[in-house]
Amino acid sequence: MFGRDEKVSAIRLTAAQYLILGIFLVLAYGLWRLQVMQTDLYATLAEKNRIRNVPILAPRGKILDREGRIIVDNYPSFSALLLRDSSRDLNADTDLIAQGLHLDANEVRARIRHFAAMPQYQPIFLKEDITPDEQAFIEAHRNELPELDTIRADRRLYPRNGFMAHLIGYVGEVTEDMLNQPQFELYSPGDVVGVSGVERQYNNALMGKNGARQELVNSHGREVGLLGETDAIPGKQLKLTVDIDLQIAAEEALEGKNGAIVAMDPRTGEILAMVSRPTFDPNDFAVRVSRDEWNKLVTDPDKPLLNKAIQAQLAPGSTFKIIMSVAGWQEGIAQDLHVNCTGGAEFYGRRFGCWVKSGHGPVTLEKAIYQSCDVFFYTLAEKLGIDRIAKYATALGLGQKTGIDLPNEVTGVMPSEEWKIRNFKQKWFAGETISVGIGQGAVAITPVQLMRAIAAISMGGRLVVPHVVDPQELPSGYVETSHVTETKNVPIDPNGWTFITDAMSRVLLPEGTAPSAHIPGIDIAGKTGSAQIVSLATRAKFKNSEALNQNGWFVGFTPRRNPDVIVCVLFEGGEHGKLAARLATQVLKAYVDKQRRVPNKMVDAPKSDGKVDMGALWTAPEGDKLEGGRFSLILPKKPSVLATAAPGMASTEYLVPNTGKMQ
Amino acid sequence: MSRYVSYRDFDWLLLVLVLMICGLGVMEIRSATMHTKFAGSHIKQIYWVFAGVGMMFLISLVNYQALLDRIHWFYIAAVASLMAVMIFGQKYLGARRWIKMPGGNHFQPSEWVKLILILAVAKYFADLRHRELSWPDFMKAGAIVGIPMLMVLAQPDLGTALTYIPIAIMGVFLGGMQWKQGLAVALLAAVGVGAVFFTPRVHILKTYQKQRLTSFLQPEDDPQGSGYQVEQSKIAVGSGGLWGGKGSQTHGAFLPVPQTDFIFAAFSEEHGFVGALGVLLLYFIVLMRLTQNAQTAPDRAGTFVVMGVVAVLSFHILVNVGMVVGFMPVTGIPLPLMSYGGSSVLFMFLALGMVMNVRMRRFVN
Repeated sequence: MFGRDEKVSAIRLTAAQYLILGIFLVLAYGLWRLQVMQTDLYATLAEKNRIRNVPILAPRGKILDREGRIIVDNYPSFSALLLRDSSRDLNADTDLIAQGLHLDANEVRARIRHFAAMPQYQPIFLKEDITPDEQAFIEAHRNELPELDTIRADRRLYPRNGFMAHLIGYVGEVTEDMLNQPQFELYSPGDVVGVSGVERQYNNALMGKNGARQELVNSHGREVGLLGETDAIPGKQLKLTVDIDLQIAAEEALEGKNGAIVAMDPRTGEILAMVSRPTFDPNDFAVRVSRDEWNKLVTDPDKPLLNKAIQAQLAPGSTFKIIMSVAGWQEGIAQDLHVNCTGGAEFYGRRFGCWVKSGHGPVTLEKAIYQSCDVFFYTLAEKLGIDRIAKYATALGLGQKTGIDLPNEVTGVMPSEEWKIRNFKQKWFAGETISVGIGQGAVAITPVQLMRAIAAISMGGRLVVPHVVDPQELPSGYVETSHVTETKNVPIDPNGWTFITDAMSRVLLPEGTAPSAHIPGIDIAGKTGSAQIVSLATRAKFKNSEALNQNGWFVGFTPRRNPDVIVCVLFEGGEHGKLAARLATQVLKAYVDKQRRVPNKMVDAPKSDGKVDMGALWTAPEGDKLEGGRFSLILPKKPSVLATAAPGMASTEYLVPNTGKMQ
Repeated sequence: MSRYVSYRDFDWLLLVLVLMICGLGVMEIRSATMHTKFAGSHIKQIYWVFAGVGMMFLISLVNYQALLDRIHWFYIAAVASLMAVMIFGQKYLGARRWIKMPGGNHFQPSEWVKLILILAVAKYFADLRHRELSWPDFMKAGAIVGIPMLMVLAQPDLGTALTYIPIAIMGVFLGGMQWKQGLAVALLAAVGVGAVFFTPRVHILKTYQKQRLTSFLQPEDDPQGSGYQVEQSKIAVGSGGLWGGKGSQTHGAFLPVPQTDFIFAAFSEEHGFVGALGVLLLYFIVLMRLTQNAQTAPDRAGTFVVMGVVAVLSFHILVNVGMVVGFMPVTGIPLPLMSYGGSSVLFMFLALGMVMNVRMRRFVN
């Protein structure tokens, strides 16, 4: 027992003091560890916390025609961005985000997963070209959804209704497959790149370099300062060799039909117009296309995505007779060949009919060309043999890529004995040569190949490479397409090609195969063709189903000597070459009229001060139309209509650099 | 029995040290709440400190022995107020901790219960005549603290409930706890904690409480949830370096509640290791000064009162600074004297008033 004043154990009080000292030493160590030992690490983490990289998107270069008129422009739009570096549980917010932006929540989640491997400071694009009310949704939810932001993005504005769609191509988000290819190695997921056409071929020139803003942000993702900014470098503008006036004529000629029209300057290989039908509207998938729409395009039997000018491999039909004529002339056979056409002839035990059942009577080379006598060319083919035909056809570029500066050109087929053995492990039968003589059988070429070959003949053997961009117009250091200015010389006897082209100029005269396409005052030389898709027997079996109609062909140039322009028309299901010829002459007439300054549906050239109003060929989408993302090309009806500025864009003017090369 | 009480014996040095800490706190509150909706909090804090100092002088006048003689009434009032919270309390963020008082003020009884407990424990052990603690005494001491503690835990307010434990521990330790008793309690505590965390049927702690208690061990695993606060606090402290930095964690609002629970992290970020160590040193001197006062107390009860205050203050510092540097879980325990908040400031000054009370009567008897 002890008294009331008995003191508390001094030892225990001292122990308590030491315990407190111990606690403080531990805490001091905690501070030492963080603030002295690992301060660099935590300073870095603090920096990372508050710096956000937001890209500044570089606009793609505009695409102009040969006279500097705008074909593809950009229009300002806003995209919705998802910033992943904010301290938010993104999965929890997904439903609200998806609802506000009219997206599928699962799609949003899939997208977040897709970009999971990318650095956190790089934002994800959730939706391009958002509508004003989606923009309002983001603004109204700055506090609830700080991870959402908008970014200004220049979006591609293509001509409407698929005008020139195949040549221009379209852009899209770079795909996984593309990223694995070496030419796309510098791109990162989310980049918008050219997917087809010129947009793809010249992507490196058209695509600028994105800039970036390093923003200081607080924990709510709000910008509180700017650390640095690198400006975006806009893409280079690209001048095509295409002439909009001629392109319009070609588009109108093929409207409502299937096939392709290509026009070229045979002296240089510059493509002046290129149309493929059916077409598609690249505005529909300027960035991303819905799966349904895409499936519809891919499964359409008319293959709207195919650029038939360079991707259709078809029998050239009678147009091949020009190549036959050259081969025959060079071998010294054709000029002296006289055949009596009785509406057909027998070769190797089989009868081959002429398209004129009653026969052409006595036929020489000239008549054989303008009357397109099959029997004459059967005979010529028999005399030449397949290898001599293949020699000249190959020299003129058939069965090979032309080297045109557009992606995914196909090769076509020019058969030979060696070709047959290599591909079928079979000997060439002499009977097969007869069909080749009239451009049937195994021969398959693209319109651009055929045009190039005929152009070479019209130019006395000078074989050019077709191209849509003059390499001189490209930024320096751009060498991928420098080969397009190279030419080859195919030796052809001048008497031969002048004789043949003279005969071709009679095709549109009353004695020729396409007199209805004749245009007074224009000297057009050409050749019609109608090519079977299936044998006549098969066709009869299917009761002349329209899908199996013959393809109409026409290749024509003007003038007959030293031509300025050559046009090749493929009119699918056109039955007869004379129908194709009518389409071709429309285009040729447009060219000649323009040269002769005949008032026509021409687009005004740039004003003399070098300034052009935006939206020369189209109107920009108005507010309420933005949602659909569809625009329609206003095909110019009168010159005065064209240069009107689009609403809301009227104040935006820009300079077309004076290259001094405007033609 | 005449008693001579004079302010000459008032611990002016302690008051100066405490006001220095309060001053640093006010400074940091000002810096951390600048440009936020809490701007101006530091002015309110100054008012609270003035009020606290006033209360401290008032309570130092009332003889603590007189208070101790009536402690059973206070204890009953304390338990009653906790029951009142359970019945009439305002529910806020899932917890019932406050009673709405007339005039729009909110009263949080669990804070002043702490003060009652210090006195009750002091009274209980001062009256014990044994040099060594018997098991029944041990149990009774545990019950004195345990009953209000369970009531606070039920609010639920884990943080405040935990602050009652050091009062009991300090009491039994100085009251003559035997080693085997300490060992037994430690074992029991270990089993209890294990049961709370690993038995799915036991729902003493809510899931968020468990998460908060464990996430500090691996804050990187859950940077968005419970671990976020710990991680941000560590970044704030670490980026402060030796001499302090720009304070981007504090001013960019990455640091949660930088004016209350994480004020030490905010201070460490802006004033670096040197500044933070300086504050710790101030606290240490205050605690040493308090234990010195405990040693010179006129009687056992006075020693127990002062050491009770020491226990609560040390525990707060340990848990709060430990949390800020990532050693301790997030429990919502403020740093006494520095953190913004009226209840916390008033409690500390009332507790210090008790200490002054004891000191001023050291030459009596």
